Amino acid sequence: MRAFLFLICPLLLFLGCSYLLPFLGIMQLSFSDPDPGLAQYRHVLSDPLTLSVIWRTLRICAIVTVVSVIAAYIITLLWVRGRPLVRSLTELCIMIPFWISVLSRAFGWMSMLSNRGLLNTWLKDLGLIDASLQMTRNEFAVVIGMSHYLIPFAVFPLATAIRNVDERVLTAADGMGASRLRIFWQVFLPMTASGIIGATLLVFVFSIGFFVTPALLGGGQSVLIAELIYLWIFQIPQWGMAAAMSVILMIAVGGILVLLMRRYGEVAK
Amino acid sequence: MIRLRPGRIATLLTALVALFLLMPLIAVIPVSFTSRRYLSLPDGKYSLRHYRALLEDPAWLDSFLTSVQVGLIASLLAVVLATAFCIGIWMLRPKLSGVMTGFVLLPMVAPPVVSSLTLYFFLTRLSQWNDLIAYDSLGGVILAHMVMIVPYAVVVIMVSLSQLDRRMDLAAQSMGASVARRVFGVILPNVRFGLLGAFFLCFLLSWDEIGVTLFVTSVDTITLPRRMWMGLRDNVDPSIAALSVLLILVVSTVIILRAILLMRREARAK
Repeated sequence: MRAFLFLICPLLLFLGCSYLLPFLGIMQLSFSDPDPGLAQYRHVLSDPLTLSVIWRTLRICAIVTVVSVIAAYIITLLWVRGRPLVRSLTELCIMIPFWISVLSRAFGWMSMLSNRGLLNTWLKDLGLIDASLQMTRNEFAVVIGMSHYLIPFAVFPLATAIRNVDERVLTAADGMGASRLRIFWQVFLPMTASGIIGATLLVFVFSIGFFVTPALLGGGQSVLIAELIYLWIFQIPQWGMAAAMSVILMIAVGGILVLLMRRYGEVAK
Repeated sequence: MIRLRPGRIATLLTALVALFLLMPLIAVIPVSFTSRRYLSLPDGKYSLRHYRALLEDPAWLDSFLTSVQVGLIASLLAVVLATAFCIGIWMLRPKLSGVMTGFVLLPMVAPPVVSSLTLYFFLTRLSQWNDLIAYDSLGGVILAHMVMIVPYAVVVIMVSLSQLDRRMDLAAQSMGASVARRVFGVILPNVRFGLLGAFFLCFLLSWDEIGVTLFVTSVDTITLPRRMWMGLRDNVDPSIAALSVLLILVVSTVIILRAILLMRREARAK
């Protein structure tokens, strides 16, 4: 019992005081600041401006999820099943961006896409365009930057699923004369479905609370939920609204995570 | 043995994805050599002024030191708390261990912006009582980082404990070793690499942390990512290109060296 007190309790106490209690405080604010009751929630879910931010977030996150999972699937395929040299090279292409700070990566996309950036300069030198294309401070840049950040996260669940594919099944399909394309669509892809679902949910959860990349590459033009919460705290203080939005976000993400765990629980059985 | 290798189309598509992944890392290199004050390509004139600015501007050095300090202290405290917790769960296997572990992993799975708001709320309240652990103070940033990195330490240490043979601990127990003796004499020496790994991961996470730091600091305690953010948000400062090039070089070197070492080891094993 004393061991319990000395070993387990410190961390529980630490997180209880500095995470759980303040979160309960946030919940309380969401029901009381400035009006008691559900007024803040009603406002968040009915105000046209807020609703447009929520829709934009869902739309961008959906696009980002699809792009990241497809790109990750392609590169994971070669990472897991390629020849040894190809495997090493793809691993470097996945791991180097993964370990580089989100700020450097966002800045990299700014250097690439901005008016005086690499892409515009190239296109002008080639004579394809006369004036710079506007490729930052819009949703396009946000989708590019977020997908770039999230691809490595989609790779890991996909790699597990692709590693677990039973080679004998593929050999059997091959032996019965199925074409390579048919083997991929009708045998290989369905066998990795659990990885695809896992990666999709994971990337979506990560993308929905994303702050840094959209704020930098969107340049205030395409505000997402996380940036809206930031604005509600530091620009136009509206604690109650920020709190209500956070609670909604937490519930949404919690729901998706429960789904994810159930899914993996079934697979584990 | 794999018989069906990915074909030409898959290889081509992978090359495109790989290009996409590496593109922004390459794009910062020319920008870092521009001779102008704003984000642009060097048109014929290459300059090292932005690299010099990194060395000469005391603000960058200050932020570097702040980041190192925060990273070391937060990681050390997080690893100590996580180690005690994990060993407690492993030795005692209490009834609610699943619930307790789930609870300590919460900051890892919650949306970062919610954690940021929560910690901002907490630290502004604490500021009314003390100056040590408060909004925009070193203590406050350390506490916020600890909350965010402690779940990762728990995961790494749990994995390393799960590979430990329980019978060693039982043998020590049956020979009358006290709890302290079992922890310090048997368990800790056997998971030391796990602890090192956890510390390393924690430091890297704290070093890169920006979401929460943005909420809990303003002008007094500025970590390196926070200063980068300031240079990106207002008017884009090419010094950040120079800094990014340096960070990318360090990360790439470490990862490529690791890959070469692993390949050599594999070759030797054959």
